[in-house]
Amino acid sequence: MSIDTETARRVAKLARIKVEDDQLPALASEFSAILGFIEQLNEVDVEGVEPMTSVTPQRLKRRDDVVTDGSQQEAVLKNAPDAREGFFAVPKVVE
Amino acid sequence: MTDLTKLTIAQARDAMRKGDTTSAEITDACLSAIEGAGALGAFVHHTPEIAADQAKAADARIRAGDAPAMCGIPLGIKDLFCTKGVPSQAASGILEGFRPEYESTVTTQLFDAGAVMLGKLNMDEFAMGSSNETSVYGNAVNPWRRGNEDTALTPGGSSGGSASAVAADLCLAATGTDTGGSIRQPAAFVGITGLKPTYGRVSRWGIVAFASSLDQAGPMTKDVRDSAIMLQAMCGHDPMDSTSADLAVPDFEAALTGDIKGKTIGIPKEYRMDGMPEEIEKLWADGTAMLKDAGAKIVDITLPHTKYALPAYYVIAPAEASSNLARYDGVRFGHRAKLAQGDGITEMYEKTRAEGFGPEVQRRVMIGTYVLSAGFYDAYYNRARKVRALIKRDFDQVFADGVDAILTPATPSAAFGLGENMDPIQMYLNDVFTVTVNLAGLPGISVPAGLDSQGLPLGLQLIGRPWEEAELLNTAYALEQSAGFVAKPAKWW
Repeated sequence: MSIDTETARRVAKLARIKVEDDQLPALASEFSAILGFIEQLNEVDVEGVEPMTSVTPQRLKRRDDVVTDGSQQEAVLKNAPDAREGFFAVPKVVE
Repeated sequence: MTDLTKLTIAQARDAMRKGDTTSAEITDACLSAIEGAGALGAFVHHTPEIAADQAKAADARIRAGDAPAMCGIPLGIKDLFCTKGVPSQAASGILEGFRPEYESTVTTQLFDAGAVMLGKLNMDEFAMGSSNETSVYGNAVNPWRRGNEDTALTPGGSSGGSASAVAADLCLAATGTDTGGSIRQPAAFVGITGLKPTYGRVSRWGIVAFASSLDQAGPMTKDVRDSAIMLQAMCGHDPMDSTSADLAVPDFEAALTGDIKGKTIGIPKEYRMDGMPEEIEKLWADGTAMLKDAGAKIVDITLPHTKYALPAYYVIAPAEASSNLARYDGVRFGHRAKLAQGDGITEMYEKTRAEGFGPEVQRRVMIGTYVLSAGFYDAYYNRARKVRALIKRDFDQVFADGVDAILTPATPSAAFGLGENMDPIQMYLNDVFTVTVNLAGLPGISVPAGLDSQGLPLGLQLIGRPWEEAELLNTAYALEQSAGFVAKPAKWW
């Protein structure tokens, strides 16, 4: 499948990665090459095959629904680029 | 003791227990070697103070007489592992300045066993790459060179720093992680042993996630015995990782008898690739003959969906990566872009991620986003997961037919030059022999088995049954003994 620059722009937007307009054609052609490689999968007969959800047959373990952790505000905020008064700070989200 | 850095884990353990040397001495020797090896680009964060403290504590334990095997052993830790208070960046600009407030389960277990951390090791950014060229720190360099040339070669990737450091005797062993071959390919490129355990054998907690259904940590060591010893300390059930297996951990070192009489080794015809270099073909034939001479039964097998492993991987791994890497948003940790007047939260995400992620990571996140997007999810992602089920079924069938292990080349070539292989898809082909193992969740080990005509190491891969690392290690041990690989790179750094 060939990816056009509009699709490349939409994917970049969905991925929340800023791509300048002049970079979009190169990006689109890289996507096309990689998707071309991936499309070999269309040769495989997958009729009646269930998509794999877990590579080992084990059931996912469940833990008891109890509080085991908490009260670590300082540690949680320690690596934040901008933390104020015990909160993560971000640009204005709602008008 | 002339050069303490050249010791294996087993030799160092025995020498320390006998009182012939101490962890402090070995650790000092490693720290000096690291000082002099900047040209290899292997260590990217140095932790000599932590190392000195850990070595001192280890020596006290050894003197007290109840020290585990890893006690006092100086290690390098891949930058993908979160280490408390120590930079843990996954070789990415987006995690610049990140110092975790917690310790990964693997490093916790290693440190509890008395191991010593010398520092953090270079790697491809978020473990995405096969040459260590996507790292924000710059390249790690292979200590091996072609003949008398001085072309800088890749140590492979993504665990390139780990491979370079172990091969150059900067540390006794290193941790690695393997999502599509990231332990086994670099191990083969530098002439060391690298083991990817069964999915679920080693806890993923505290390891920066790339593709969660494929990622698995393992040891990168100077020989098979060391892999057995180090795996022992790394693995076991961890309630913090819901996919961690609640299974007993056998004594891996005790399994190393070298006796493989009566074992059945499968040779898969699909791994004989068009255009495979003659030297790889010969290495594989030689390895087959060695296992046969050791008493194994050799059978030809077929794994019909092998060809589709790489394309399936390049749907599944980017899909999982796009989801895992959504957390890098400039809010909770790492880099945040400088914003212009009027920029809102969306601009913050977009600029932060454009600045923080390198080109290969951006490419994979966007491919993953695309294959998961509405309208393409079935065509790409679900189809890839069905093909993955078929790839696993191929292996299940072979094992059900009585095959104990599978022998293949580890890589399609010897180490290539840095900058020689810039096309993404060509780069992906490096993992052609290793990626099936991740998709099927199996254990696989790369063992150095010979040199090519230019004097570069080549590795063979053994693939085992799920959870049978002990048996796999023993087969690898038999292969190692027959191959007798002892070559070391000539020091130029």
